[in-house]
Amino acid sequence: MREAKSQNSAGTGKGGLKGGLKAKLGATNEPRWFQWILIAVAVAYLFLLLFVPLITVFAGALEQGLAAYFHSFADPDTLFSIKFTLIIAAVSVPLNLTFGLAAAWAIAKFEFPGKQILTTLIDLPFAVSPVVSGLVFVLMFGKQGWFGPWLADHDIKIIFAAPGIILATIFITFPMVARELIPLMEEQGKEEEEAARTLGASGWQTFWHVTLPNIKWGVLYGVILTNARAMGEFGAVSVVSGHIRGLTTTLPLQVEILYNEYNYVQAFSAASLLCFLGLLTLVVKAVVQRQVRKSRQPEKQTPVASAASAALAASAGPAAR
Amino acid sequence: MNQSTVPAAPIRGGAAPAEAAAGKRRRYPSVIPGFGLTLGYTVMYLSLVVLIPLSATFLKASHLHWSELVAIFTDRQVLLAFRLSFLASAEGALINGVFGLLAAWVLVRYEFPGRGLLDSMVDLPFALPTAVAGISLCAVYSSTGWIGSRLETIGIHVAYTPLGITLALTFIGLPFVVRTVQPVLEDLDKEVEEAATSLGANRWQIFSKVILPALRPSLFTGISLAFARSLGEYGSVIFISGNMPMKTEIVPLIIVSKLEQYDYAGATAIACAMLILSFALLLAINLLQRWSSHRAKTR
Repeated sequence: MREAKSQNSAGTGKGGLKGGLKAKLGATNEPRWFQWILIAVAVAYLFLLLFVPLITVFAGALEQGLAAYFHSFADPDTLFSIKFTLIIAAVSVPLNLTFGLAAAWAIAKFEFPGKQILTTLIDLPFAVSPVVSGLVFVLMFGKQGWFGPWLADHDIKIIFAAPGIILATIFITFPMVARELIPLMEEQGKEEEEAARTLGASGWQTFWHVTLPNIKWGVLYGVILTNARAMGEFGAVSVVSGHIRGLTTTLPLQVEILYNEYNYVQAFSAASLLCFLGLLTLVVKAVVQRQVRKSRQPEKQTPVASAASAALAASAGPAAR
Repeated sequence: MNQSTVPAAPIRGGAAPAEAAAGKRRRYPSVIPGFGLTLGYTVMYLSLVVLIPLSATFLKASHLHWSELVAIFTDRQVLLAFRLSFLASAEGALINGVFGLLAAWVLVRYEFPGRGLLDSMVDLPFALPTAVAGISLCAVYSSTGWIGSRLETIGIHVAYTPLGITLALTFIGLPFVVRTVQPVLEDLDKEVEEAATSLGANRWQIFSKVILPALRPSLFTGISLAFARSLGEYGSVIFISGNMPMKTEIVPLIIVSKLEQYDYAGATAIACAMLILSFALLLAINLLQRWSSHRAKTR
């Protein structure tokens, strides 16, 4: 598809040698000058909307030079918020990864009634406003919430403390890994796993040596995506955090505090870290897409052989007995 | 890839030949293990993290008396916030409907330097934390900002006006339209266009009568996704909106300010209204997607 397309446009570009070809291809393409107008408008739109804000962050961070930029991170509150954000992500990402793997395994490898409903329910958190996502936990565990009095009696703090922030973060990033893996695993089918099992691999071996190598890029992307969102979430975290400086401020909340105090250099410096995280996510996505495309092409030629060899490799131990 | 060190577990693989021997009837359980465990875990985790907290919110709202609900939803400040949220989200989604379609078209159909970079940058609003987007949009479009100061000289104020909110929501919604239209456009069969050309149609006729109808379901889906996301958006809006009561307050902000005033009843009621709204939108989008995949099959 992609090749055909590039040939096509190459043909319109320098198809002078073959007049007939040019005429034929030109018929389904706009004149070159019109193409350039459309390209210019689209590029201008994307530039204004995407690149300008990004450049602004770095320009704002470096406004007073590199020294001021690095000095921003010496602020103890900013340092704390970086550490706190890392802890929140370190707890919530593995939990959602485990869930995503389990959900994708159940949904992609088995048929059961209510599968469609389950898939829709998993996507539910994406439809909920971040603010409402925070609010639901305030209504559960806050002072006036369902478990509020009981928690107060036992001196357990969830809202305006780390557990509440972790809960809100898990809720917000809940569907991400599952959403990446379900279509990927459905596409791969279950023949390879069935073959591995038939050849004597245990369930765990099948997962570890057959399924996981097939989905590793999807897992990586899902984790990076979850991590970026977990570290960057603002609305939900803002509602449950209470903005207690040096105690419950994540990096995005610290950015807000600094910005509202007109401390622009420090605010943009802290924001630049989150920008790097976002850009890293985009790079990983591009790499993963390339890998998936690459791994898909040879597989298409010999699906049976690759499945069999994977199964053989996986069950080499027990089958050789 | 040699795991001879792994002790061979007792193998229940015997089920597979038995299944084959039993013929076409597929009553036997799958040879792949772990169904009970993974489904059980999925349902439990889903209930604990998502379903129970969401139901608890509705339960809390159900304690409210009708008169309280009426009072909350007829409050002028709340009504104006709903109106603003709807209008700004719709404007942002429609702007993306036009320019997102154009961007998808250019990225799929034309070759130009920097196309790959531009293509991967489309996902930036997904990847960039909303608070970061919020402060940088505000900095660019404020009266001292790079673009804002220039627009100010021709009398256009962006920051701290409804226009600024529309702008932030346009930023947030951009990837939804591009990413739903793009794959459909890539799969579009060029032969149909060639056939239309050979039958004497010009480029505009082909676009409006052949290409656009094929793209319509995905375009609607993208616009509704952008709209749904925009309604609940908070982080990227609150900086550029300025949050002036009755003028630039969006619905999520109303929820936050009610919470800050310990008005839990009001916050819960509005949150439930937003939940119902987003679930209805989710349902509509699912139907739209079914329509578009149905169209793709029949084509």
